[in-house]
Amino acid sequence: MTALPPPSPRKLGLVIDLDICVGCHACAVNCKEWNTGGHMAPLTDFHPYGAGQNGVWFNRVHSFEAGDGADGRTVHFPRSCLHCEQPDCVTVCPTGASYKRAEDGIVLVNEDICIGCKLCSWACPYGAREFDEDSGTMKKCTLCIDRIYNENLEEVDRQPACVATCPANARHFGDLGDPDSDVSRMVKERGGYDLMPEMGYKPVNKYLPPRPRRGRDATAPAVAELQPASDEPQGLLRWVDRMLSR
Amino acid sequence: MNPAFSVIFFTSASGAGFGLLFLLGILGPLGLLPSSSWFGVVAFAVSFGLAVGGLISSTFHLGHPERAWRAFSQWRTSWLSREGVASVLTFVPAGLFAVGWVFFGSTGGIWAVFGLLSAALAAITVYCTAMIYVSLKPIQRWSNGWVAPGYMLISLMTGALLLDLLLHLFGAGHWLVSGVALVAVAAAWAVKTGYWRFIERTASASTPESATGLGAFGRVRLLEAPHTEENYLLKEMGFRVARKHAARLRDIAELCGFAAPLMLAGVSLISLALEAHWLGTLAALAAVLAAAVGVVVDRWLFFAEARHAVTLYYGAAEA
Repeated sequence: MTALPPPSPRKLGLVIDLDICVGCHACAVNCKEWNTGGHMAPLTDFHPYGAGQNGVWFNRVHSFEAGDGADGRTVHFPRSCLHCEQPDCVTVCPTGASYKRAEDGIVLVNEDICIGCKLCSWACPYGAREFDEDSGTMKKCTLCIDRIYNENLEEVDRQPACVATCPANARHFGDLGDPDSDVSRMVKERGGYDLMPEMGYKPVNKYLPPRPRRGRDATAPAVAELQPASDEPQGLLRWVDRMLSR
Repeated sequence: MNPAFSVIFFTSASGAGFGLLFLLGILGPLGLLPSSSWFGVVAFAVSFGLAVGGLISSTFHLGHPERAWRAFSQWRTSWLSREGVASVLTFVPAGLFAVGWVFFGSTGGIWAVFGLLSAALAAITVYCTAMIYVSLKPIQRWSNGWVAPGYMLISLMTGALLLDLLLHLFGAGHWLVSGVALVAVAAAWAVKTGYWRFIERTASASTPESATGLGAFGRVRLLEAPHTEENYLLKEMGFRVARKHAARLRDIAELCGFAAPLMLAGVSLISLALEAHWLGTLAALAAVLAAAVGVVVDRWLFFAEARHAVTLYYGAAEA
């Protein structure tokens, strides 16, 4: 059913730390690797080895510049499904293929009844859904439901592929509905925020902002200018100067 | 947004078909239209043909057209589903109304009830079509108060122009129908003018700053895209029409869709007073042809000029 379930106490999601993401794309690659054999498999690629590659990915890493000068930042920005509390991608679905799970809030697509009308992708401001032209159905991040509940995996591995692989530890998985969970505390301490709050979708995933710079005078120029060691070199430098000035 | 032809044809053709059905359902029971079987056959063939043709065309862009029947299930939340349900429901009274008209030559009594019911359902169906677009918050140029009136008035306008032509062809031109066509064209033009003004003057609700949450550092711009080739998002949502082309196409839409039909509907109305049947028929035919071109161009622009919030992640400064 595309009617939303009552808000669940459990809200599984991700917290992404923009302060330490290095933009290596490992999360996107491991997501692709796991999910092309996972719940919503395959993540079809067309022309994978030639010009005009085109394929389904659940996770994309953008790089932005924000601000100018000393306080300007280059921020690497992973973008995937935010498993919103008010997901219009679910309510616009005419068939009931798109649904939000009552027990943990994960937003999924039942590919057996998806008609491929693409309306859900139009309803998502975050670009979380990508249409698979081969299967004729819509695909999206599953929050790795086939990992996080997978009892065949060691407990430590029961987290989404993107989180498990992040070499900088910029991605965290947990229950954002539990105020005492690690992810909730992190959001509270670091001022985690919603993307495009004006849309009213109430994303579960949160982003942690880059930390303020430490130990730098805000009025200092961005790049310290090189100064000559001396206008009048002495000793060996004087000799080198004379040799080079010849 | 990518202007898919199947959807443009669907909204234009179904709009005209349901607009015509709306007028048949109201004016028939009022006894203002010829109750002859032949008029009924032609009028319902045109109306049902356009409405059904459009609906069938809308399934062409589906990944799984054979599962289209599932779209009738989620009418509680989905405007697309409501549109499907409403369109099918419309054909129940409309079919009975047509039976009365064609086989019994009657638009009164119980047949009149079916007519009024089908008019109401036709209007609801077009409203649902518009609401599919209005309900999409990431597309500000669709999710606003101008879109539903625009869809409904263009539907009424194209339906009225078609009915005016049919009446002239049957030598039964009526000042009320020509007048409704004239007023509907003027009203649709006014609403589209308001819509164009709205999309030009309204600031984007979302920005690269709100999309990334990095506005505290200053202006946000894309340094590096996540991929070098186009993906589904860019093909579907990233379509942009050049400003100069959009301006030219808007001129065509205004000229063919509104200015010409307005003038020609006026000629059609005057021809009734002059009893110049050939002039009225010619004017009504030209009005239908011009409006067909204008409405399709306008619908194409409605998609091509729409901007999706996801483009903010791909370097767009506004959406």
